[in-house]
Amino acid sequence: MTVQSLKMAVTSILSNKLRSFLTMLGIIIGIVSLVVLVSLVNGATGSITDSINALGSNMLNVTISNDHGHPIKLSELPAFTKDSMFESIAPAASAAAAVSGAYAEEDTVLIGTTAAYLDIQGLQLEKGRFLMKPDLDNHSNVAVINADLAAEVLGRTDVVGEKVRFNGKSFLIIGVLKEENSSLNTASQNTLRAYIPYTSLIRLSEDVSLNVTSFCISASEDDMDAAEDALEVMLLERFDQDEDAFSIFNQSSVAEAMDSVTKTLSLLLGGIAGISLLVGGIGIMNIMLVSVTERTREIGIRKAVGASRGAIMLQFLIEALIISLFGCFIGIIVSWIIIEGINIIGSTGYSLSLSVVLLSVAFSVGIGVLFGLYPANRAAKKNPIEALRYH
Amino acid sequence: MIIFKDISKIYRIGGEEVHALDHANLHISSGEFVSIIGPSGSGKSTMMNIMGCLDTADKGQYLLDRQPVTDYTENELTRIRSQKIGFIFQSFNLIGNMSAEENVELPLIYQKLPAKKRKERVHNALEKVQLYERRRHKPNQLSGGQQQRVAIARAMAAEPSLYLADEPTGNLDSGTGSQIMDLFQDLHEHGNTIVIITHDESVAAQAQRRIRMKDGHAWEVAI
Repeated sequence: MTVQSLKMAVTSILSNKLRSFLTMLGIIIGIVSLVVLVSLVNGATGSITDSINALGSNMLNVTISNDHGHPIKLSELPAFTKDSMFESIAPAASAAAAVSGAYAEEDTVLIGTTAAYLDIQGLQLEKGRFLMKPDLDNHSNVAVINADLAAEVLGRTDVVGEKVRFNGKSFLIIGVLKEENSSLNTASQNTLRAYIPYTSLIRLSEDVSLNVTSFCISASEDDMDAAEDALEVMLLERFDQDEDAFSIFNQSSVAEAMDSVTKTLSLLLGGIAGISLLVGGIGIMNIMLVSVTERTREIGIRKAVGASRGAIMLQFLIEALIISLFGCFIGIIVSWIIIEGINIIGSTGYSLSLSVVLLSVAFSVGIGVLFGLYPANRAAKKNPIEALRYH
Repeated sequence: MIIFKDISKIYRIGGEEVHALDHANLHISSGEFVSIIGPSGSGKSTMMNIMGCLDTADKGQYLLDRQPVTDYTENELTRIRSQKIGFIFQSFNLIGNMSAEENVELPLIYQKLPAKKRKERVHNALEKVQLYERRRHKPNQLSGGQQQRVAIARAMAAEPSLYLADEPTGNLDSGTGSQIMDLFQDLHEHGNTIVIITHDESVAAQAQRRIRMKDGHAWEVAI
């Protein structure tokens, strides 16, 4: 019976191809917008989350604006890591500087820090080594530069052992960082960075002294909120309970915020796409109602030769379902083509998200049933005598 | 096999009661070939609808194969139609986007017969009306007489206990009309019960018995 209903439904869909296609178009557009938008948002979310995690998600950044006469000396920093909650700590003083090399002269951000900075920030070396304790003790003029700086100022990245000048002072390049693949660094930002011993930066910049005003600290556990609380207690004690004396910047809270932003975004876009699917569903209902009226006589004939209410209902319901499911199928294929097209044009790596595909199939079934039920029921309820008299 | 006992059917049209059937009595035995004749508005169609289980009577009792068909639900009526009644209509009532054989197969699908048996019955029925060669034609590719023969084949395939024909020759010229009547004669000779409703005296005359209807009453016509 179901097989027969299926056959009949296909026959009647095919006997009105243009109309069936136009009806499907509503569903196709709805599915395409749902699948493409949500897949793109998911893909973007993935790369943003990755780059946030690459920044080191177990890291707290502290900036001190008012030391209340108890400045934190560079030598005092290791005291913070006595608490087993924290792993390592590194100062992070920054200053703008002019950098000149064999190839060009540019502006850069100089970061004065210690050896621990590499691990806390999750940086990765391409060549050479990072800063070490002797470099700090000796106030050495050595620098680790990022790949962008090497490329811009020296013309290539294989530059360990060469020299650059920061504000005229010559520094030996001891290491080059791996090229970052982060979407957070936009073109407008200065992406040139050099890392030099904290003690060397003191000599180079007037704003930096042995009193550390900015440092980063990594927690040993995943619970960043607890680490932040513990650090806050320590700092409050030091700075006369003045909450405004310092600020703690929690990297994981950025990740969380970003996560909720993208979730909202994907919900929003999915919702808009859902509305267009709903409109498609109403299109199905509309055309099914027309079809039921047009085929009143056919319904009468079927009833006269023994079709039960259930059989008529099933036939029309299957018809609505086939239209919506076939539309969904075409929509998914079109979405796939669009996403692959975007990947080719923008050389990105978006992919059709399986969960969205499953969701859209479920949605289409729901819409087919929801909007097919009323017309099907109307067809099934027709009085055979009146239906046979219909012209 | 068909017994109408004091059957009444009342329609309300614009607040006015119309007695389409007014205590009609009728008795048709198995294997009979009966025509019901009367002018339009005499209650013929109402009688056919009740006889064909498309409708139920307001008053009185209708026995089909000794079973009372009075307070049946729509689904029960559908089942009886499917098993026992073979309709033949004035306007053929074939489904336009289905071929001749698909039309003939339709009642068998609703009888839930297996595919093999359906195919066999469709073949036999179309052979009997000499349209097997045209089985793949759509109704609009067939002449009126051919369409009516497909409709008869559709009724035959279902193997009903009662053939109910409503003006089967009404839309046909007299030549093709008599071909159709020959088919009914043939069915009758094979022991089938046939009821033809018509307003055409010459058609009615070909039946064994004639029942005349007027103003919702039915009575026998002497031959």
